[in-house]
Amino acid sequence: MTRHIFRRIIQSIPTIFGVTILSYLIMTAAPGGPAALLTFGNIDDENNIQRQQIEERYGLNDPWIMQYVTWVAGNDWQVWKNRTIINEDGEEELVFRHTTQGVIRGDFGESFRQRRPALDIILERVPATLELGIASLLVALLVGIPIGIVAAIWHGGIFDNTSRILAVVGNAIPNFWFGLMLILFVGVFLDQPWARGNRCDLSANSRTGCGSVPIYQRMEYLLLPTFVLAYGGIANFSRFMRTSMLDTVSSDFIRTAYAKGLRNRTVWWRHAARNSLIPIATFLGPAIVGVIGGSAITEAIFTWPGLGRVFVESISSRDYPVVMASVLIASLLTVVGYIISDILYAVFDPRIRF
Amino acid sequence: MATATNIAQLQDGEEEQLRRLTHNQRALRRLKKDYLTLGGLGILLLLVLIVITAPATTRILGIDHLTENLSKIYADPDSENLLGTDDKGRDHLARLMYGGQISLAIAVTASTLSMTIGISLGMLTGYYGGIVDDILIWLITTLNSIPQLFLLLIISSILSPSPIVFIGILGFLGWTGIMRLVRGETLSLREREYIIAARAMGASDARIMFQHIFPNLISIVVVTMAIDIGALILIESGLSFLGFGVQPPTPTWGNMLSESRAFFRKAPHLVIAPGLLISITVLCLYIIGDGLRDALDPTTVD
Repeated sequence: MTRHIFRRIIQSIPTIFGVTILSYLIMTAAPGGPAALLTFGNIDDENNIQRQQIEERYGLNDPWIMQYVTWVAGNDWQVWKNRTIINEDGEEELVFRHTTQGVIRGDFGESFRQRRPALDIILERVPATLELGIASLLVALLVGIPIGIVAAIWHGGIFDNTSRILAVVGNAIPNFWFGLMLILFVGVFLDQPWARGNRCDLSANSRTGCGSVPIYQRMEYLLLPTFVLAYGGIANFSRFMRTSMLDTVSSDFIRTAYAKGLRNRTVWWRHAARNSLIPIATFLGPAIVGVIGGSAITEAIFTWPGLGRVFVESISSRDYPVVMASVLIASLLTVVGYIISDILYAVFDPRIRF
Repeated sequence: MATATNIAQLQDGEEEQLRRLTHNQRALRRLKKDYLTLGGLGILLLLVLIVITAPATTRILGIDHLTENLSKIYADPDSENLLGTDDKGRDHLARLMYGGQISLAIAVTASTLSMTIGISLGMLTGYYGGIVDDILIWLITTLNSIPQLFLLLIISSILSPSPIVFIGILGFLGWTGIMRLVRGETLSLREREYIIAARAMGASDARIMFQHIFPNLISIVVVTMAIDIGALILIESGLSFLGFGVQPPTPTWGNMLSESRAFFRKAPHLVIAPGLLISITVLCLYIIGDGLRDALDPTTVD
């Protein structure tokens, strides 16, 4: 088991590597992107010496691959980094390279807007996203799976057909619109203040996220965003569980259970349902991805101070270090989600050997 | 006794008839009995028709999606403006029709683009395998590890896209799903006897791919495309909602929702209508996709 987990982690290294290359490529492709921003727009200045200094300082003249290596691994180990240029007096001048530790050591640079480490900004928002994500995954599982089981028991019946229709409808409704409709209904018509946004945002210190208020004091604020983020999952889990149940009940051990004289309820809930849960584990990975990706929209509607919201804000203000940090952290969470779902699959199914 | 034999003969005849039908004819027969799918198809066609005929309809109704009327803003639906007016006094119905043109056009073309890329790459890598296959699989795993919305947001913020560029972005990022499906299917088809037979007769690789493998992929592609168009409408509207999709004044259902969000207490009808249209369109596409999958499945018994 440990070996399997270890191997799975090793396997994800090329993926993470790919994510860094891809996101760096996109960032350098941004017109007037990081270079202009790092130099505060001075890059087109007539003053060539100053420009040369800035270029040297931030390594903008380096080949792309060197810039990438510096971004990933930092440059404090690069002995050749400081160069001399000819200054306006015609003398040689040593330019000290702007030092970075590289993202591999958690240095994503400073936020252009807030003038503090980008990673700090991201990390203080991650708990809020995790809170919402875990809550909605739990709701999706706890609601979706029982619906799937009941639908399978009465397959072809009214409950089955209703849940099937609701599942298709649930997938077709855009979740931001659904969220807006809920806010309109609960927050405006029923006039409930908690429906309109996050408590931590309504109170003064929104910067530190939700750390200051314990979760049990603001459960009602979690209600709507969790439901909006979870209903797609409920739809998918219920359909998936139904299929898996119907597959399971045609196996031999179910016939044996009936032959032993067990009651219907015992056969369905104890024998069939538990075995049908195994394939659900493979579906957990994509569900985690969906929750992280969906956070951008859900958090925007409910002014939830999470990763998705800080990402959208930093993109609007072209705050590239924060953008890069949030993409990498979100991808890391995604990869971890896939690994967890793989491991759970092995835990649930003792037949799998490594 | 005589009647029993006749019935048996009749049944026999029907089965015989069924047996003679081609795969497509059989699928069509099944589809004709599937009223849910037909209903979805009907509603979708109606919507497309309404959206396409927008110039004529708006002229008949005497409305216009561009004319601003500042004396009549946030108006509730009435006889002149059937769905009310927006914050600048523009007719909402007319804007919805023109917005629908853009939304649907973006989804259909982007889906066509990503299908083309996905099918060709999937067939090539499934058929030849090798190092290109390994690299592409690595690329797909990487792309799937970055939350799709995040990737789309970055790229569209960098390019601040016109509708055409936006189609390109969606198309070039959306091919991974269909490519995996096609690749898997090609991998299994490649080993079938009839392909080996074709090769033994000296068919070239290109001929095998286009004449023998591609026809077997059509049903997967059709089903995936119906669902993909629906998903793309959702993605487009989501991006526009966050302000990174097609920029106003070009209306799409997504950015209309996004604009009306700011004053949705004042005029809730402006929020309800575009969302409903998106939901209905996507729902129809999903139902059609599901129905087609059932109809085209060769293992279904009539």
